[in-house]
Amino acid sequence: MIQVIDYKAGNLTSVLKALHYLGAETHVTQSPEDVRNATKIVLPGVGHFQATQLLHDLQLTEATREALANGVPFLGICVGLQWLYEGSTEAQSTDGLCHFASRCERFPATYNNAELKSPHVGWNSLEDIRKDSRLLNGVANGSFVYYTHSWRAPISRDTAASTSYGGAFTAAVERDNVMGVQFHPEKSGETGLTILKNFVEL
Amino acid sequence: MLTKRIIACLDVRDGRVVKGIQFVDIIDAGDPAELAHRHAAAGADEIVLLDITATHEGRGTLLDTVKRTAATLFIPFTVGGGIRSAEDAAAVFDAGADKVSINSSAIGRPELIGEIGASFGAQAVIVAIDARRAKNSSDPVANAEVYVAGGRKPTGRKVVEWACEAEQRGAGEILLTSMDTDGMRNGFDCELTARVSQAVQIPVIASGGAGSAAHFADVFGRGKADAALAASIFHFGVTDSRALKSELQHAGVSVRLPC
Repeated sequence: MIQVIDYKAGNLTSVLKALHYLGAETHVTQSPEDVRNATKIVLPGVGHFQATQLLHDLQLTEATREALANGVPFLGICVGLQWLYEGSTEAQSTDGLCHFASRCERFPATYNNAELKSPHVGWNSLEDIRKDSRLLNGVANGSFVYYTHSWRAPISRDTAASTSYGGAFTAAVERDNVMGVQFHPEKSGETGLTILKNFVEL
Repeated sequence: MLTKRIIACLDVRDGRVVKGIQFVDIIDAGDPAELAHRHAAAGADEIVLLDITATHEGRGTLLDTVKRTAATLFIPFTVGGGIRSAEDAAAVFDAGADKVSINSSAIGRPELIGEIGASFGAQAVIVAIDARRAKNSSDPVANAEVYVAGGRKPTGRKVVEWACEAEQRGAGEILLTSMDTDGMRNGFDCELTARVSQAVQIPVIASGGAGSAAHFADVFGRGKADAALAASIFHFGVTDSRALKSELQHAGVSVRLPC
């Protein structure tokens, strides 16, 4: 049973639809107990980083830390990936989980002396896919995925794939059982379904 | 590299596609769910379903249609037409839409943009603008006017200003339809599209006037559009999104291919 955390950020429907399509059993929850006892956790989300404050308020942060320490596979999507870091300049007073170092920052207003539009919306390619990534197993460099976001995580040694828009940023992050994607696998056609299937089958 | 999006649009009335993109073997109307999936399989980057139903019964049919379409559609899916309140939008999102497109209702009550965005995020709100150049003006593009009610009613509002206000109020994208070029197959209004695209930070989807792949290349280049809506072009020689994208790639446009 995959515990899908509902923190009222955007719309859970499409993530659940994709998981069900792949044959996964899901349970939507806001309970720390469910998270502690989860066999897998998905943290979806689209919208403002401030929404993740509810995770602290519902005492899901500590429960998630315990689950991650026990090796429970975790997938954060979009803001769900950003929450794995120390925080985001989008909501300075709300801490992230601090599982990965550094903070998420907004796209620069200009890049290479040209204006850079923000949000970054549309299909962009995955590059430098780490060969040992379990989440991106079977996904080729150059595969396209769908993005819609204005904040991004920097490249680090935990980056499993990058995407370029105003420079390279972390498209996917993965360290052992803890994974995140900045794009929306539930809206990324066959490539997205492959990635979700990899997670479901872990 | 971020690619230019080809968005397939279906116009739906009482649960049936009444115009828009139709495959060669579908002569007249079609089932929106079936057509949406065929477009996705044929390489469309997104699907837009515009409901032109006027009746109350038709609205109920719409939600059922959205639900059936969304059930196994794993690319972005936008629904527009007749969304007048945050509750209307919520019902469409619950049925499985990823974004809503609002037009007359946003002009009538601009607060609606922020109200929908507050619950579902700015990325979920597309403000659609039907535009007509100001023919007797010294600068017909800068003074282009917003029309509502299916293009029947001028509002006295300037297109560029309204696009900027929509952005400030939290729109995630602008869908700009030129009424001057719509249906003419002579190309998009690149001047107007570029003017709007340069005035806002959010993506601009161009619509109206496509007759060839070259027209798409033109609106992505000169028109500075981030995406373009494909409707009747599939009647006129280009068979599907994949074929269109292949031609665009030859013309040097960055597109999602293979797809």
